[in-house]
Amino acid sequence: MTRSTTELPVTDADVRIARYAAAAIALSVAEAAIPLPLPGVKPGLGNIITLVVLARWGWREAAWVALLRVFAASLVLGQFLAPGFFLSLSGAVISLAVLALARHLPARWFGPVSHSVLAAFGHFAGQILIARLWLVPHDGIFYLVPVFALAAVVFGTVNGLVADYLLRHAPPRAGG
Amino acid sequence: MKLAWHEWRAGFRPGDALVVGGGLLACVLFALVFWQGGVARWAEVRAGGKVVARLSLDQPAKLNVDGPLGRTEVHIEPGRARVYSDPGPRQYCVLQGWLTRAGAVAICAPNEVSLRLLGDTSTYDTLNY
Repeated sequence: MTRSTTELPVTDADVRIARYAAAAIALSVAEAAIPLPLPGVKPGLGNIITLVVLARWGWREAAWVALLRVFAASLVLGQFLAPGFFLSLSGAVISLAVLALARHLPARWFGPVSHSVLAAFGHFAGQILIARLWLVPHDGIFYLVPVFALAAVVFGTVNGLVADYLLRHAPPRAGG
Repeated sequence: MKLAWHEWRAGFRPGDALVVGGGLLACVLFALVFWQGGVARWAEVRAGGKVVARLSLDQPAKLNVDGPLGRTEVHIEPGRARVYSDPGPRQYCVLQGWLTRAGAVAICAPNEVSLRLLGDTSTYDTLNY
């Protein structure tokens, strides 16, 4: 076989991002098996990984992991370019924007739980925006807003606590 | 790996309580804003397509409306309204019972009378939209 003329050096960061993204994708796929009462309300377990990466490796890598998860999980679940994919994508983009601001909150007072709840609200805002503009162009969708908001608080808190637990019990920062 | 309660609580910093509290407050505010629209405040009665009465749901009232078949009787109580009796053959509007939500409609088609509840903001009517 001819050797490829283009070299793609794989950095430590690439390997790390791939590993974290794989974990996030696995969580997203596993979560899809959980039956849920209302479309759009789900725990968002994959975001636990995003929070861990944000705390350990910074926003850039967290954004990579979150977006890779959205694309790869939707491909695995057969949702790619379906409405659910665009809901996930807009939710992820807005919550990453929220996290870009939230991570500057003083760490002494605000931990992963705060990040998680704020990011969950970001997800919820991004999804309701797309849903209102495109999928259900009707104000009736706002009837569900309180339910989504409550889900964001509950699941955001739980995910944040899990992320914090993982951060405290994970081995010290190394290659992966 | 044993999961102790105090270990989970350690992840909860003072500002986190603030954020979670703020989130819950937002839920309550959202519920107040978005779920108020469904509260009915007025009852509108039409006969032959024309509005013959618009009554507040604050206090009880009884209203008789005459149509081509005879007399339809509408009863209003605080927060709800119903068609009490109607000369129509199938009695659909009477059997609907009390209407409580804004946008709810009871139509007595044979007698050309309808009862509709209105909120502060107009909602879509489900028959035409």
